[in-house]
Amino acid sequence: MRDDALIEVQDLVMYFPVLAGVARRRVADVKAVDGVSFYIKKGETLGLVGESGCGKTTTGRCILQLYDITGGHVFFEGKDLTTYRGTSLRQMRRHMQLIFQDPYASLNPRMTAGDIIGEPLLVHKLVKGKEYEEQVAELFKMVELEPRMAVRYPHEFSGGQRQRIGIARALSVRPSFIVCDEPVSALDVSIQAQVIMLLMRLREELDLTYLFIAHDLSVVRHISDRVAVMYLGKIMEITHSDELYDNPLHPYTQALLSAVPIPDPVVDRQRKRILLSGDVPSPVNPPSGCHFHPRCQMAIDVCREQEPELKDIGGEHWVSCHRV
Amino acid sequence: MDKGESVGLVGESACGKSVSALSVLRLIPYPPGIIVGGEIIFKGHDLLKASEEEMRHIRGNEITMVFQEPTTSLNPVLSVSRQLSEALELHRGLDSEASNQEAVRLLKLVGIPDAENRVHDYPYQFSGGMQQRIMIAMALSCNPSLLIADEPTTSVDVTVQAQLLEIIDNLRTQFGTSVIVITHNLGIVARYVDRVNVMYAGRLVETGPTEVIYGQPRHPYTIGLLASVPRLDLPRHRQLSVIPGLPPNLARLPKGCHFQVRCKYAIDRCSEEKPALEQVGENHYAACFRTGEMEELVRAENEG
Repeated sequence: MRDDALIEVQDLVMYFPVLAGVARRRVADVKAVDGVSFYIKKGETLGLVGESGCGKTTTGRCILQLYDITGGHVFFEGKDLTTYRGTSLRQMRRHMQLIFQDPYASLNPRMTAGDIIGEPLLVHKLVKGKEYEEQVAELFKMVELEPRMAVRYPHEFSGGQRQRIGIARALSVRPSFIVCDEPVSALDVSIQAQVIMLLMRLREELDLTYLFIAHDLSVVRHISDRVAVMYLGKIMEITHSDELYDNPLHPYTQALLSAVPIPDPVVDRQRKRILLSGDVPSPVNPPSGCHFHPRCQMAIDVCREQEPELKDIGGEHWVSCHRV
Repeated sequence: MDKGESVGLVGESACGKSVSALSVLRLIPYPPGIIVGGEIIFKGHDLLKASEEEMRHIRGNEITMVFQEPTTSLNPVLSVSRQLSEALELHRGLDSEASNQEAVRLLKLVGIPDAENRVHDYPYQFSGGMQQRIMIAMALSCNPSLLIADEPTTSVDVTVQAQLLEIIDNLRTQFGTSVIVITHNLGIVARYVDRVNVMYAGRLVETGPTEVIYGQPRHPYTIGLLASVPRLDLPRHRQLSVIPGLPPNLARLPKGCHFQVRCKYAIDRCSEEKPALEQVGENHYAACFRTGEMEELVRAENEG
């Protein structure tokens, strides 16, 4: 355990069974998360990037104990969340909240915006009587919405405004840790910047710790202090955000970075390009050894046979590759 | 656009970029959609005056389109070979054997491994990236003069996105096909196109060569859009400049310039008159009254 860690994940494993036949027999496992360890310090933002199906969303949900995890431990303020059940778990969850990707699917269309934001206050019995409305109005202002909009229904808001409602709902119980699961991916470019700036301001004002999950490397790097790169249920590299761009060591990180075009043709044309071949393999049957070896240009025999460990190479830079 | 040129059409959702592309192919559902005016000149002929039969000859043959979502654009109950050979038999008059061989060749061209066997598979047996390759193969099957790619990479991962864009770019240089790329991703456009058109609320607000649009943008919307995206190559703590507010409702557009309500450089004239596209440089046009002072305005703001 690190002393300064708010969240510490140790060897997290999450398998989902694949059922088949009339008897719904378990024939295989989707190895969504396969031995992931990291920590998030208090007040820090850890970015989690990777392509679809790499297990980044599952990791976020496992931290909040929304799944019954297959193995490993999740510590929050030094307490092992995997030992909590029922009421005590619900009480712990007050301190950890989730902001969802899809602002259309994550708000109940039959509840007003005010009720959506206020519901957690009532569930956790945080307010009495008149305080309720004051608190809800306060939350609206916090995310730059007008309190008079509380009577409206979700369909009357734009995508960006809905995402603000989702953020206000997460903030209502005064959490210390928030999992932001692709909070800007569904939004337009000009609205993305608004929500990113809002999240960064709230982090300062409310002293929040974020796990920021996204597939857009430039967004993740902008908001995060450190970034973890995931591939097929494993962490390939964790390092400081600046180091990630200046000195990426894992071949997958390098390929991922080079695949992101930079909106400046002069700069972009000078960059080295690494084009990966093929698709991400299925997590039901991941490749032997290093999961990345079939697409890796640097792969040697040992990569096919032996799984590399996540090694600390100094300065909080961890890499999982035999060839580093 | 010229032969062999690639042009980008950028803008946020509902700015009219897809509708512009669908209009070129006259695929706007009618009713309710009506093309009210204008001309679409393709190889010297106005497509809006063409008969439906002539259009059928052009669609999928001379002008083809790659749609945003391969999963919904491919027919789930027909095998890939059947879907590819449809256009080959219709436009190129191949018999079923020849069209099957041609389908295999096309799949190889877009980099689908084991094409001989996989050509008989159904769309669901392919991943999203592979499905989009099939869409590209289909679009190229009749050697089109113009390929319109409508958000070709929005539903795929970033490493697959790079693969797909390389394929389209290689085919352009190889066969001299003109390409229109429609996207909201400013990065894609910077990397792959010669010219950029920026749209906002149904109008073209700026157009010019790629280097100029990214180097010396003159329209406040383009400037704001470029400053609002986080960039990998710039310092991390750079403040993102935010364009306040929302794009307008297209049924209730503001008077004057459509961008005026969100524009920090708006003056009185902007709310009364609609600015026209005016030349501001070589092949560079912008629809704004203040293009002349824009450089100074931006500099003053960055310093202040």
